[in-house]
Amino acid sequence: MNEVYDISHLLAGVMLVTSFALLYQERIASVLNAFAAQSITLALAVAWAAWSQDRPDLFITALIALTLKGIIIPVALHRTVTRLGIHREVEKVVGVGIALMVGLALTGLAQALLMKVAHGPLSYASEQLALALAIILLGFLMMIVRRNAVTQVVGFMSMENGLILAATGARGMPLVVEVSVAFSVLIALFVFAVFVFRIRERFDTIDIEALDRMRGDRR
Amino acid sequence: MPDLFVQGAALGALVFAAALAAVVRGPALAIVYPIAAVAAVALGVVDLGVLLQGGVLTARLPIGLPMIGFHLRLDSLSAFFGIVINGGVLATSLYGMGLDRVKDLTPRVEPLFPLFAAAMNLVLLADDAYAFLFSWELMSLASWALVVARHTSIDSRRAGHLYLVMAAIGTMALIFAFGGLAGPSGGYAFDTIRAHAPGPMIAVLVLTAALVGCGSKGGLIPLHAWLPLAHPAAPSHVSALMSGVMTKVAIYGFMRIAFDLLGPPAWWWSLPPIILGVITAVLGLLYAVFDGDLKRVLAYSTVENVGVIFVALGLALAFRANHQDAAAAVAMAAALLHILNHSWFKSLLFLGAGAVLHATGRRDLAGLGGLIHRMPRTAVFFLIGALSISALPPLNGFVSEWLLFQSVLAAPAMPQTTLNFASPAIGAMLALAAALAAACFVRVYGIAFLGRPRSEEAAHAHEVPLIQQVAMGGLALLCILGGLFGAVIVAGLAPVLTALVGSGLPNSGAGPTPFSLIAFNAARSVYDAPVIALFVAIASLTTLAVVHRLSERRTRRGPAWDCGFPDPSPTTQYTASSFAQPLRRVYGAALFSARESVVMPPPGDTRPARFSVTLVDVVWATLYARPGRAVLRLSERLNALQFLSIRRYLVLMFAALVILLSIATVMT
Repeated sequence: MNEVYDISHLLAGVMLVTSFALLYQERIASVLNAFAAQSITLALAVAWAAWSQDRPDLFITALIALTLKGIIIPVALHRTVTRLGIHREVEKVVGVGIALMVGLALTGLAQALLMKVAHGPLSYASEQLALALAIILLGFLMMIVRRNAVTQVVGFMSMENGLILAATGARGMPLVVEVSVAFSVLIALFVFAVFVFRIRERFDTIDIEALDRMRGDRR
Repeated sequence: MPDLFVQGAALGALVFAAALAAVVRGPALAIVYPIAAVAAVALGVVDLGVLLQGGVLTARLPIGLPMIGFHLRLDSLSAFFGIVINGGVLATSLYGMGLDRVKDLTPRVEPLFPLFAAAMNLVLLADDAYAFLFSWELMSLASWALVVARHTSIDSRRAGHLYLVMAAIGTMALIFAFGGLAGPSGGYAFDTIRAHAPGPMIAVLVLTAALVGCGSKGGLIPLHAWLPLAHPAAPSHVSALMSGVMTKVAIYGFMRIAFDLLGPPAWWWSLPPIILGVITAVLGLLYAVFDGDLKRVLAYSTVENVGVIFVALGLALAFRANHQDAAAAVAMAAALLHILNHSWFKSLLFLGAGAVLHATGRRDLAGLGGLIHRMPRTAVFFLIGALSISALPPLNGFVSEWLLFQSVLAAPAMPQTTLNFASPAIGAMLALAAALAAACFVRVYGIAFLGRPRSEEAAHAHEVPLIQQVAMGGLALLCILGGLFGAVIVAGLAPVLTALVGSGLPNSGAGPTPFSLIAFNAARSVYDAPVIALFVAIASLTTLAVVHRLSERRTRRGPAWDCGFPDPSPTTQYTASSFAQPLRRVYGAALFSARESVVMPPPGDTRPARFSVTLVDVVWATLYARPGRAVLRLSERLNALQFLSIRRYLVLMFAALVILLSIATVMT
């Protein structure tokens, strides 16, 4: 029984590592690659959960994660970035070092919170939940320490990955919810895509600072 | 049951009149006043029947909230207040028939007048929290719309705005009060609430909320700020209704909660109403004495009377908590009688002020004067109202004040030291308020009706139409009859007293004549109004006869007295502000930061010397203006939050999330 949990923890841990990887990438192309890696790991984790918990419906979720977030969205974003010819470097709000330190603190917070909830050492299921929470928080952090609209989209979808990981960890979560989560990601992608194109049309850049200047934001 | 049907039909007639007035145009609008008068008579007769015969009428309508419905109930307390309200509605409707459509009114008034009357009646009938709050809000909104009927005036708009804010705060407090009464099970019907009295902690919350909710509507200081602005801003017959009657609905709300729904009282419940009431009584009159606007003076005097009524209610609560039934009955009788009396003389005074406003177009005392010659009947009616409100025997104001002082004198018999020590202070403050009331109305009457006219308009004033004189005359007659036969009225109040404090006046009817009022026993507390009236009449007639016999018979008309210096200019007369100067010097310096300054031009300069007075409304400055400025400053700061970038909003959300998670982690 233990190896079942060991493997699922391994996969969740790999996802967490890719989350950190997302934080320190310098170029948009490598951000997208790291995200694709995270999504593929998620697909593996979900597939493993489907096999080990004997829930074949989770395979569908794994398939969705693999095709949509592992392949289609990264490829589409790669092409968008290339076609738009936007400069490929990621504009940072805070330095990589600080972002990683904050990320480390957030991971610790997630762990401490789950230990608090569980009153003591973590069970296997709670450990999985702690990893998922850390991934969600890191996705959020990614959204606020990067200024580029594409990296914000990626941060958002990384949060969704964390959510799906948490959902598969919990037993008895029906497929309906996962499908709706997947759809919400798709819709978010649409919204962000439209958003990106609109900004590009108007300002010849997708740096969201331009949007702030348009609104007369003081800094 | 047929009685409730009559009530329903009369309320329906009022709503119909409102709808009719919303459709028709021009002089046809005046049709609402006869309909309102007939409906008020029908409602009042049913109320009187219920009060005298006893019994409780109930009904449940299938409207309102699901599972609760719309409960109606007419018991002796509601019936008593129904008489107060419908008397006022009848008098003001009669007065309304004589109003000048061009000068006094706008077409916005008529549709709302009957709606306002119907809403006040509905508050009394309500027997669940939802019905109560619904009719309460209907009443607030209808009266607000009447206040801003003349919306072109900046004063009306300002008054309306403040009124709306205060009404919203009051209703919110009442929602809390009923929420506390209903408890976690959500029993919002009053029957359910009566069956489950809340615990002591909840009772404190409910009492506080009820005091804020009803006190803000009734004008309890420091929640009074809207009242002296809003009551005068409405057309005069509506001012009479708001000041004379709507404040009573507020008191009804407090009585319904404190004496009926909240269960047996604890003695300290009495402290907030007594303390606030005493402060309100004295401060309200000081405001009135220093003010120069006729209708605003009357509005401030309403504030004072509401304070007096709250003191009486507080005493009744304390006596009842100590099971001193006789004293509780005296205090409660004082409160009820003062409610009835105040609705009569305050309506009378506001109608008189309306007559003055119509005749001269002015409300400022500085522009009035000498009206007794131009408007002799209005002057007589106003004088009767002024004497009544100053509590002079044998008029009705004295009866209720007498009963109130009787109950204050009984307060030292209570076991609580606090109340024992407080009772002389209460008595002294009430006596001060009574004296200030007399000073206030001597000032108003003397400046407005006596002396020489201070303006062209006042010199060319004219008497109002007959129907308006009938309205004022009827109220004046009630003030006299209520004074002479106060004992009969108090005997009629026995069912209400029994329902609220457990017993009526102990020795009612044991006096030497059927019209003598006995508070405790015939040996030490008897007030025999007809005898006193007879004595006053004989004494004054004898004096008159002697004076006439000794003096010259012929009537001469000479110049009005003006401090012994005959001067053609009316500005040399006493003014409203100079009359108030001694009181202003005594009380104004500390409470109102009154400052007087004289600007003397240098010798040789022909400019006149100027004397000016500045008053600061301390309550307004500290409790309204300062928080208002703080809110404005804060909102200007927070305004920047509306213009952040998406990333900054995300940072805020993220920070909030992380902080909450950290708290969840750290907290035990």
